[in-house]
Parts: sequence; structure tokens; C-alpha cells
Amino acid sequence: MSMIEFKDVEKYYGDFHALHDINLEVEAGETVVLLGPSGSGKSTLIRTINGLESIEGGQLIVNNQDLANPKTDLNRLRKDVGMVFQHFNLYDNKTILENIMIAPRLVLKRDEAENKETAMGLLERVGLTDQANKYPSQLSGGQKQRVAIARSLAMKPKALLFDEPTSALDPEMVNGVLKIMREIAQDSSMTMLVVTHEMGFAKQVADRVIFMADGKILEDAPTAKFFEHPEEERARQFLSQIVH
Amino acid sequence: MWSLFTSHASEFLTGFGWTILSSVIALIGSTILGLGFALLQIVPNRWANLVGKIYIEIVRNIPLLVITMFFYVVVANIFKLNGFISGTIGLTLYTSAFIAETIRAGINAVDSGQYEGGRANGMSWWETMRYIVLPQAIHLVIPPLGNQFVNLIKNSSVLAFVAGLDLMYQANMISQLTFDTFNPYIIVAIFYLMLTMPLSYYMRYLEEKNAH
Repeated sequence: MSMIEFKDVEKYYGDFHALHDINLEVEAGETVVLLGPSGSGKSTLIRTINGLESIEGGQLIVNNQDLANPKTDLNRLRKDVGMVFQHFNLYDNKTILENIMIAPRLVLKRDEAENKETAMGLLERVGLTDQANKYPSQLSGGQKQRVAIARSLAMKPKALLFDEPTSALDPEMVNGVLKIMREIAQDSSMTMLVVTHEMGFAKQVADRVIFMADGKILEDAPTAKFFEHPEEERARQFLSQIVH
Repeated sequence: MWSLFTSHASEFLTGFGWTILSSVIALIGSTILGLGFALLQIVPNRWANLVGKIYIEIVRNIPLLVITMFFYVVVANIFKLNGFISGTIGLTLYTSAFIAETIRAGINAVDSGQYEGGRANGMSWWETMRYIVLPQAIHLVIPPLGNQFVNLIKNSSVLAFVAGLDLMYQANMISQLTFDTFNPYIIVAIFYLMLTMPLSYYMRYLEEKNAH
């Protein structure tokens, strides 16, 4: 069953054609990495999936809900589709623990004791139990991103969207975040879409690679095939520019 | 001056009382209304945005005295309103437009990632505003809001024009009674300073406390 399905999707910012005739299907449990030069529309594409960006044409079905329909309840959709941002977007006015607990409390009406137990369990999973009562400003970038991942997981989503999760991090912080993402990808029921420039991560974890340029999907291939025999010239160029 | 004050102490103190009462009512009312109109301008509904914008543009671009006279002369013909009530309503509405703009600016100054984080996390527009964006916005607007509150107290002197019994009204009365056109206003100025100075210092204290 497909978790995410784009059919002929178009997106504009004024005159700028941000997404061109996007056709893409992601199965439940799949891990898909989006690659491409900056400005190619990867982030825009991933942001349409949870309705942070609207679409102007075509059809987009996520978890059986139609995003082209203005009546679709985005809050309901977002319960099942979490997102991790480049700049973390932790709630600056809440403690780390509250950052994780607030949405399950308000949206899922999770019982307070259970909520706290789940949150502490997730903090343990990302190695940050000792930071529970601190505020986001007191954490390093890598720690913030791990909290952001825990916050998304607390909603028990079916799919997670990662929008350049390591791009704003100091190099020594990147591996801790990737390690957690790798663990999540191993969960066979979790659908993951990751916009990243981390080639090692893509090679190791992705089932499929989507290569985008100029708002179009140029290549959609199994990971090994993409890295060994990319069909598109633009993809070959892109890969050759990445220093290994 | 002291003898003028002692001989008219009850009028001055009565005026002081009405000024405080009017200011407190207008402060609470205009903060609630201002917050409401700030939200109306940013809620994801074009009609609500328009209503908010029209209200703010009209109210803040008409002199306070004109708004107040409107309530005292026009509205008071339909509903029984005395000068104090008309003046306080005028003051509340007028100030609410400035507070709405101040709060809206504060909301806009909160990083949009905070809002996106909340929405992507499954929270509704209102939940995200209530728990994430507004608390941070209020933090940012405490200093400009303090200025609005000080302005409000000073502007409450508009009540004098509609027989609102406030400090300025009493000063006018005493001045006419005693033919002293100087001292009553000095005394009244001191009373206003007794309200506005502590408020200014308190706001500065909050600002400094928040900075850390």
C-alpha cells in the first residue's frame, strides 16, 4: 500500500515553477532519500507532504488523505506524518521534556503519566535524559535535532519527513543524528523521506533515491543502481561534485 | 500650591480615583480587545483579517477626542452613558488599536519556525498560537506595551472633555473656581507622574529581567 502518492503535482511561488509534474509513490515502510542541487525543489516537495506548502495542480494522497482537497483536515494528517526541520524548530519557551510532551497531550489527549513515560523513554533513546528540564537554548545543535526527532516520534507517526536534518549542524554533531535516523529506518513499519546531502547515509539506509533538479524528478532508482549507474547526466554531474 | 491642594484635596483625590479607575478598565479592556484584533489579523481567514484591518485602520487614525465625543454625543443619545463611561469606552477602543498593532508586530517577530514546528507536530492553529507563539510574542512586546500603557494613562485626561470627573476635569473645575490657572495643573501633573513613573520603571524592570 502506498503511503505517499504524487500524481502530476504542480507547485508555483508566484511565477516561479517550484515543482514540475511530480509523480512519485512511496510505499509504507520504505526509506527514500531525496538528492539534488540546492534550489531543486527537494524541500518544497517534502513540505507539500504534510501540507506546509499547498499544491496548485495534480493529486497528492498521503495516508489515504487527499491534500488537493481544501477540506482535508491537516491536523489529522499531521498526527501520522511527523517532520524534522533543518533548524530544529524546537519550542523555545518550553523545556525539552515539554517540547516532546505538548503535542501528544493536546492532540492525542494522551494520559499524563503515560505521556511522560513515553517522552522519557524517547529521551533515553536519543541519549538526552539528563537534559529533560533544560531549555532548547541551552542545548547544542546536535542535541536539539535529537530532541526534535524524539518530539516527532512521540506522536507515534506512520511516516517521518526529514528536511536537511544535518545541514545546520557542526560536523562533529552529524553522526549522532544520523545514527538515530538509521535506527528509525530499521523499523520496518516507518516510512521515511529524507532530504539530505549525506551520501554515506543515503547509500547505507535508503531503499530508493530520488534525484531532483529544477523542480523536476529526473531520476527515481534503487539506491545501489543510482550510485553505481545513474542514468541522467545531471545526476552523474551531481555525484561527481560530491567529495567522498 | 500646598494650600490650594489642602483646600481642594477631596476634589483632587476624587479625580485621581476616577483617573485610576478609567485607566485600569481601559487597560484591561484594550489589552483583551487588542489581543483579539491582533489575532483577527493573522488568523487564516481572509474575512477575519479584513475585519481586523479595517477596525485598526479606522480607530487608530481618528483622534482620541473625536472617538470619545462620538460616544458622549452620538452613542449616549441611544444608550444612557455618562461622561466617565463614554470617555473610558473611547479610551479603550482607541488604545486597543495600538495594542493590536503592537501585539501583531510581536507575533510576526517570533521566528516562523516556531509556528511551523507546532503545526507540523499536529497542533491546531489556535493551540500553536496559545502555547508556542503568543507566550514568546508577549515576551517581546512587553517594552512597547508598557509605552502604550503609559500613553493610556496620559490619554485618560480626555475624560475632562466629556465631564468624566477625572484629574484633568477636576483641575479645570478648581481653576475656574479659584481663578488660579497654574497651580491646579501642576498638582494634577504630579498625580499623573505618580501613576506613570512607577509604571515606566516597572516596565523597564520587566524588560531587564526578561533580557537575562
